[in-house]
Formats: sequence, structure tokens, C-alpha cells
Amino acid sequence: MMKKRRVSAVSAEERRVSTMKSLEAFGENLYDQMIDGTFPWVRIPSRSTANIHYDEKNRQYILGEKSVRRSSRNIRHIRPLTRLVWTARFAHGLCDVKKTSTLRDVFYSAQAYDVNFKDQAESDNIITDLESVLKYAREDFNVFPEERSAVFGDLTVEYTVPGYEGKRLNLTTHPDGIMIGPALTSADLIETSAQRIIVIEKGAMFTRLVEEGAFKEFNAILVHTAGQPPRATRCFVKRLNEELDLPVFIFCDADPWGMAIAVTIICGSANAAHIRGLTAPEAVWMGVYSTDIEKYGLPSEGLSEVDIKRLRDMLKDPRYQDEPWTDQINEFLKRRRKCELEAFSRYGLDYVVKKYLPDKFGEFSV
Amino acid sequence: MTDNGSGVPLEYIPSAFGQILFGSKYTLRQVRGTFGLGGKMAILYGQITTHSSAHIMSSTGTEKINEFVISIDIQRNRPIILKRKVHSNKRKWHGTVIEFAFDGNYTRAMSNILEYLMQTAIACPYANIVFVDPRGRLYRFDRTTRKMPVPPKETLPHPYGVDVETIQRIVNATDCSDMFCFLTRHFHRVGKNTAENFCRYAGLKTGRDPKSLTPDEIVGLVRAMKSFKGFLPPSASCLSPIGVELLELGVRKELNPEFVAVEQRTPSAYSGFPFIIEIGIAYGGGVPDKPGVSLYRFANRIPLLFDESSDVAWKVVNNMINWRYYNVTPDMPIALIVHICSTRIPYKTVGKEFIADRPEVEAELLSGAREVARRLSRFLSRKISFEHEKRRIAIFAKFLPKIARFSTELAGEEKIPDINRLLEGLSKYDEKEES
Repeated sequence: MMKKRRVSAVSAEERRVSTMKSLEAFGENLYDQMIDGTFPWVRIPSRSTANIHYDEKNRQYILGEKSVRRSSRNIRHIRPLTRLVWTARFAHGLCDVKKTSTLRDVFYSAQAYDVNFKDQAESDNIITDLESVLKYAREDFNVFPEERSAVFGDLTVEYTVPGYEGKRLNLTTHPDGIMIGPALTSADLIETSAQRIIVIEKGAMFTRLVEEGAFKEFNAILVHTAGQPPRATRCFVKRLNEELDLPVFIFCDADPWGMAIAVTIICGSANAAHIRGLTAPEAVWMGVYSTDIEKYGLPSEGLSEVDIKRLRDMLKDPRYQDEPWTDQINEFLKRRRKCELEAFSRYGLDYVVKKYLPDKFGEFSV
Repeated sequence: MTDNGSGVPLEYIPSAFGQILFGSKYTLRQVRGTFGLGGKMAILYGQITTHSSAHIMSSTGTEKINEFVISIDIQRNRPIILKRKVHSNKRKWHGTVIEFAFDGNYTRAMSNILEYLMQTAIACPYANIVFVDPRGRLYRFDRTTRKMPVPPKETLPHPYGVDVETIQRIVNATDCSDMFCFLTRHFHRVGKNTAENFCRYAGLKTGRDPKSLTPDEIVGLVRAMKSFKGFLPPSASCLSPIGVELLELGVRKELNPEFVAVEQRTPSAYSGFPFIIEIGIAYGGGVPDKPGVSLYRFANRIPLLFDESSDVAWKVVNNMINWRYYNVTPDMPIALIVHICSTRIPYKTVGKEFIADRPEVEAELLSGAREVARRLSRFLSRKISFEHEKRRIAIFAKFLPKIARFSTELAGEEKIPDINRLLEGLSKYDEKEES
């Protein structure tokens, strides 16, 4: 067993308190305006494409200076503003009683207050507005998407959710992994022996690596994203990266969509340009590369029209402008082949653990 | 049929009800009929369909009520008096009662009859109209006022408006023995100077005896009258328009609209006949909800029901006015009420169902229609902006309190800020206007 390390980080409780303070300040601002006899209004950073810039230094999309004024004096603004204030009030209530909610819940909860959202999209949009105004992610307001991703590895966490306060759990406890849900997201990270994080796109490969003992072999915490990672998962990966100070390796399908997953974890997405703290800029895309298909003789199939169009778009995307991205995109376009993580099974169930991963870690000289 | 009108003087009763084309006129007056045909044709129609006579009772409010039973001698165009009776009239009743039978298809005529009565009630809101139909149903159109328009006055014909036949008739009847007297006594707005100027223009000596005029000279005289520029225009003081107030009452009473505007045009004249156009517009309420503008036409207070699309008013409403310009959309319930009163209504045909498009009449109709349309337009745009405003305020009134409540809770404050002042500041219209 490796030496366990104690982790020091901002505790979940501190984050909860500061989120609530921020929500209260938001309410006070509106309250004071009304006491002064003016129509309450708020300034929201603009999320229009014109205001989304790529920040080379931080390697992520960020919002520019532009903002919009949403005022209750304006007939077209008063409804969205009411919904925004209600959402803030609702989020504050969630934080206060340490309960969580989903985007869908929010949509329905609003109806009880007669501030109906037109549709789910509007409800989601208002939550994004609130994120932009307060610079907190919705997970901080205890609003979570549907869960699908999981984590496995030698990491001990301490829960802060009601009923489990102080309770500790080692993430090797369950061989299927522990779901990255609200409870885990708000847990404090206590200690670990791991030396790296492996983020895996597919559930089958995640299970393979658990069964083949890869977590021991490579001293790794395994994270399963289940496709494009939810923001809670990205946030969790970032915490593992920063709070545990461990390198992150991303392992996904050899196709444009796998690359997109990797780049989202590293650089974030334009959709989340208003939020910081979701990206792990130091994370490494370890594969599977286009060139690996030939190198390891992996079973592959041809790229579809959609794949090719996506690759061409990626060439213009600022997030893919350096290596290994540009090279690999061009390789894909040249070879016109793609393959899935499961393709390694062609050479036996342990091939990936015995051959591919050691090769790769060697390449990145870990 | 019973009315409480002025009654028919005894000496006229047989001819008035039993002689077609009775009533030669040397003077002009705004009257309902033109040729003295309508009433007698009805009695005649009764006579030929049921072989029955007409019962007439009338009094002008004297001591006596005269009763006649009359039929018409068709070949000689003369009344046949079958029975005559005189009743005493202690209560000084005045009016006329006519009773006769005729054969008709009531099922087919019903809607027209009721429409006629309803429209009559529009033009005469001071009249109580009671109708018991052949099926025994009672219809009532009650008056909403006791005010009546000033009755029309008789007037002399204007020289522009006479024909050879009229001149001949006047010549035959006149007591005058020179043209000066003839012109000044028998024609409208011809004074001493005008008569002298005209005689010089027409090449007639002022001392000429009118009875000595040859037929050719009479034709020449009529031509000269039409071309002479020195006549004063006919005066409309003899006319009896319904009046803005009464017409509005009539429209309100029968159509019960949300909005009415009525305009009376200043008098004008065509071919020597003075006329006045009155025009009203009604919107909403009981106004028939049919596509386009519903047209109600009146001539000397008589509703014109048929051949609407041949009428100059139809042309004005449908071809000459751009209703969109007045905020009017085709789906709105809008009625235009058009009344023309004149000493001679310019009917296009003897059927007397529609008004000819005389340029003078058309111009007055168009200006009048535009004026009332403008007033409707103001009402509509106000109504639209008012409703828009009401909806707008309602949205603020619904959401502002919520913002206040949620932010008070968020801020952890006790007292919810008073937002009524904010809401009051929003209103463009004050409370008074709202009600």
C-alpha cells in the first residue's frame, strides 16, 4: 500500500456558506433598490456568441465585458427577472436545508409559486443566468443533472450531506464504482494513495480496468464519464486534480467525439464560458489516437460524413489549435478510420492493462 | 295601420287614397314620397288580390273624425266612395287609420318588413312603432326621446332644377301677368335684381306675359335657367335633417353599439335641389358581425333596403375609403348609417332603392364618412392602446410583488418593500379615465 496523503482544501461547508452569502447579497441588492423606490434590476454578463472569447492563457472559453441589464421596469424583462429571483430563492432554500434538486425539479417546483417557466429550456436558461450573475456553478446551488458517472479508487471522502455528516467512505468500497452525485460532490476529500487519475469514456472499459486491477497497477483513481461528462463530474475531476495534486489522463474512443470529451474536460465548453472552475487545463489526452489504430492493429471502422464534418469544424476551433490535437485531426482525416475503447479486447481482456496503458504512461514519462 | 300624425283634411281623403298620381305640386317639400304612388299602389294591390275595399278614418284634430270606405276605379283612375261617415271627436284625436286586406307571402317578406321597421326606428327614435304580424306576434320599437326634428317647409323650385313640364304647369296656374312677377313669385331665391339680370340674359322682356310664351320659348327659358350663372344657390333652410343628436339616439337604441359618431354635413345642392347628408358610424355591441362594413341607407328618413351595391354610398364605403387607414379591420362589427334629405332625392331609377352617384352627393358622403371614420379611428386606437396598457399593468402587478417577496426572503428582511408606488407610476391613464 502506498503512503496515504492528507488533503487540505476548501471544505464543502465553507463553499456552501459562501454560496448562500452570494445568493443573499443578490436578494439584498434587489431589496434595497425597491426600498429606494426604483424598479429592481440586475446586470447579467452577456452569453451571446459575440461575448464568448477563447482565453489562450487559461485555455478555456470565457465571457467578455458585455453585459445585459434585466430590469423589472421592462415588460419583456419582468417575467424572466421574477423567475431569476425565484430561482435564487429556491437555490438558497436548497442550500439552507442541504437538499439537492435536479433541473427538472426546478421546472416543476416553480409552478407551485405561479412563476411558471415556459419550458424546460427556459428553466435551464434561468439557472445559467443565475450562474453567470453569481459566478457560482449550479452544483453549488445544489441543482444537479441526472447522474450517470462514477468513480473508483483509493480515495477516502467524508460526507457533509444531512444524515451522513462526518461519515467516511473509501472509494474502492464498491467494485461498480461510486456514483458522482450530490453527496460525493459535496464531500470533503480526506486522504489517498493514488498518483494519477484516469478518466474513461466508456463504462465497459471502466469495469475492465477495475477488474484487471489497473487502479493498483497504476495507482490510479478511475473516473467514468459515461460519454460527455456532466458538469458535476468535470468539477469533481478538477477537484481531484487540484486538491489532490494528481495528474489527469483522459482515455476515450478514437473518433472526433472522444476528442471532444477530452477537450471539454481540459478546456471546458462555450456553453459554460460563464463559469470558472470546471476545467482541468493540465489534464492529458492519452488516447486512443488515430495513429494508435494502426500502431496497435485495432479493429476499426470508417468515418461517417458527420464524423468528417465534425473533424473539419474542430480544425477551426481554438481549443484544438496545438498538439497533439491538430496532428491527430489531420491523421483522422487522412486515414478515415475510427475505433472504440472496446476494440482492445481483440487482443485479450488484459491487453489494455498489460500493453497499451504502460506504453502510454511511458510516452508521457510518468 | 294607425298613426297619430297630422291627419288628412277631409277634402283630400278620397283622392289621397283613391287616385293614383294625385297631388300636382307647384312647390317643393322634403317628403317621403315623390310621385304619390306608394300608398295607393298598396290599396290597389289589395283590391286586385282580395277584391276588398279600403277603410280610412282620419282627423286633423278638429271636432270630427271622417270615415270612408273607398275603392279605386282603375279605368278612370278615380276613387269610388262606397261609404262615408262622420264621428264626433271629443278628445281631439288626430291621425289616420287605414285598413285593407291584401294577399302576400309573409314568410318571404318577414325579414324585410322587420328590417324596415327597425331601420325606421333608427331614423325616427321619437316614434313608437308597434307591429302585430300575420302570425300574431307583437313587435315593439319604443321611442327613446320625445324630441322631433323641425318639420320640412315648403319651398319654391329653384330655377336650376325645373323642367319644361314644371314651367308649363306654373304658367298655367299663375296669376302673374309679367315675367318679373312670374320669376320672383314662383322661384326659389330669385329677387328683383336676379330677375332683371336673368331676363336680360334670356332675352325676355320683364313685362312679358308668361301665358303668352310659346312652347319653344318655354324650352328656351328652361335652357337659359340652367345656363345662367347669376342665381343664388338653393337654400337648405326648408330641409328637415334628422339631426346629430336624434340620429345618434336612433343608432344607439336599435344597434346598441359600443361607439357611435354622427356627422351632419353642411348643406349642398345638386341641379338646383338642396340636400343635406348625415352620416353615422357604429362599432361593436349589437352591430351585426358580418365581414365588411354594414350599410344602413336612408333617404328622407325612409330606409332603403334593396340594391345596396348600386348605391353611391356603397361605392364610397367599399371603393373609396381605405378602412385600414382608420384602424378598421374586415372582421370588426362596423355599421355606416347614411341619410340624405332633399327636396328631391337623386334616385337613379323609379324603383327608388338607391341613390345616383351625383358628384356633389358623392363628395359629401365621402367627406362625411371620412370624418366619422376618423373619430372611430381615434376611439379604436385608444381602445387598443388602453387594452394593451391594461394587460401591461396586469403583468407588472402580478410579477413585481413576487420579486419583492422573494428578494425580501433572500435578504432575510422582515418587511416587504412597498411597490404600489412603482405600480402607480406605470399607469399612463388615471383611474377616472379607466372607468
